[in-house]
Amino acid sequence: MTAIAPGTVPKASPRGSAARARMLRGLLPALSLALVLLAIAWLNPRAISYFGFNLMLNLAIPIALATIAQMFVIAGNELDLSIGTFVGFVGCVTATWLRDAPLIGILVLIGSIGVYALLGALIHLRNLPSIVVTLGMSFVWQGLAILILPKPGGKAPEWLLSIMSFKPPYVPFPILAALLIAAVVHFGLMRTSYGVILRGSGGNAAALRRAGWSLLKTKIVLFALTGLFGVLSGMALIGITTSADANIGNGYTLLSIAGVILGGGEFVGGRVSPIGAVIGALTLALAASPLLTFMHIPPDWQVAANGAILIIVLAARVLISRRER
Amino acid sequence: MTSVRTLLEKPWIWSFVGAVVVWLATIAFTGGYGAGGMVTAALSLAVFTVIVGVGQMFVITLGPGNVDLSLPANIGLASAVAMKVMGGSDSMILVGLLAALACGAAIGAINYLLIWALRIPPIIATLSASFIIQSVDISYGRGLQIKPPPGFADFTNWQVLGIPVLAMLTVIFTIGAALALQRMIYGRSVLAIGQNIRAAWLAGVHVGRIRFLTYTLCGALGGIDGALLAGYFRGANVDIGNEYLLASIAVVVIGGTSVAGGKANVPGVWGAGLFLVLLLTMLNTFGVSAGVRLLLTGLIIVGVITAAGGEKAVR
Repeated sequence: MTAIAPGTVPKASPRGSAARARMLRGLLPALSLALVLLAIAWLNPRAISYFGFNLMLNLAIPIALATIAQMFVIAGNELDLSIGTFVGFVGCVTATWLRDAPLIGILVLIGSIGVYALLGALIHLRNLPSIVVTLGMSFVWQGLAILILPKPGGKAPEWLLSIMSFKPPYVPFPILAALLIAAVVHFGLMRTSYGVILRGSGGNAAALRRAGWSLLKTKIVLFALTGLFGVLSGMALIGITTSADANIGNGYTLLSIAGVILGGGEFVGGRVSPIGAVIGALTLALAASPLLTFMHIPPDWQVAANGAILIIVLAARVLISRRER
Repeated sequence: MTSVRTLLEKPWIWSFVGAVVVWLATIAFTGGYGAGGMVTAALSLAVFTVIVGVGQMFVITLGPGNVDLSLPANIGLASAVAMKVMGGSDSMILVGLLAALACGAAIGAINYLLIWALRIPPIIATLSASFIIQSVDISYGRGLQIKPPPGFADFTNWQVLGIPVLAMLTVIFTIGAALALQRMIYGRSVLAIGQNIRAAWLAGVHVGRIRFLTYTLCGALGGIDGALLAGYFRGANVDIGNEYLLASIAVVVIGGTSVAGGKANVPGVWGAGLFLVLLLTMLNTFGVSAGVRLLLTGLIIVGVITAAGGEKAVR
């Protein structure tokens, strides 16, 4: 993928309303989350409680982490189609080696982050399309996961279970974790100088190279960060489900991409938002099942309802940004 | 010598080289046993990947971000529609095929409608659409185990001198697709849009119409593929198209089509389709476990794409 999509036609927007449009754009992910929450509150007021949120947002932490992972590659104009099977692979390692032989488990997980970094280097040096490379890698991770854990099983390490079942006072743990993830990544990517360079590698790679920055290094860092958050996502997932399955993360590839886009990110130009991505992930996690269960939508149509929610939110985004222009 | 060199410079040659290498490796393992049968089997299975691969190729050629993720759901729904319309009777085969074609084309048209009306990236639009199609299929095909009409099942499995007839027809179709791509205004417009959508628009290419046509075409090919798959495997089911999401993208790229758009390659789709099918056959022949098979498939795909190399940087 080249740095700048030749297809993007520059949007003509008068300067005065540009800032307002950007602000509204930034608020959209939060608005869609609020909408889903309102719908849930209206359909089932009892769900809006400490216990209810704990239950509904159960799987939000791994989804948010996987979305953040995807966000890093998207910031560099790449796409990771292997994140789902990678999360599954990490899950299998976590439920087996990390429990039985922690040292090997830790080494394998660090090694897998290293593989991600190497992929970034390979993609940059050979100028390869990341879609295809990660497509191939998705087979690799799945194959490894099946080799490690041919049948569903294994058990999460005790310390991981106790972290994931942590019950802080007043605020449900998933919400606390989401805030923490969003804050840490937002600071790192949006507020540090190297974060600007990382996003710049997606925004204008040519300018960055002329300014003397190594594009190889930015790509390696972005991919390594994806690997790191993929590992965290897999571990969090196993901490919740307590046992693993080689296919456990397969749905995360598409969920994570959808989460980044719902959160206001764009495929090209290094325009991503960590806070938006986490909100997008929460919206998807809530819209995925709790909302649909309360709406009494038959199981046959739950997948369709997911697609419809995605379309409605994106349509709202277009309506608002069109009015602003 | 020069002819060899020009041949080696073709981006699609590597996929065929890969296919032949894999085939040779397998018959070396079996000691020459089943060499012909393997080619027949590979041809009849590669057909299904090639048909959707060509559709996907046209879409990907439209430029960065253009991809149709709804193909598996499309194939699943079309296979159910085709089998239901045919209803097991030979006289309805043509009507069933047309129904599958229409179903696929409608899905493609809806895909483009979403992209155009909502201005969302095609990846997200086709993904959302595929969720909805999947549900329609689950609900429509519930408990559906309609067998294809015997005539249709025989047709999809029909061979002449060890060459599947379906493969011959697909070769004719791909030649047509190559001509459309290189010699027709439609194909040239697709390439122009992929190279620079703004320049194409300024040059008077009907960008919207061409993109609409391309998504519809891709959908229609998915629909036909669904019907043929249901005939070949003697029955429709929801998951029948699942493997074609990755396969359709993989054959396009391994075949030498640029993911950045504007550069397409029809022969490569055949080479890559055969390569992928033969690769699976080889690993099955070696008797490796499912995990090792996936692992090696992935490593080989990454290896091939690394060896073939990306296109040189424009700047």
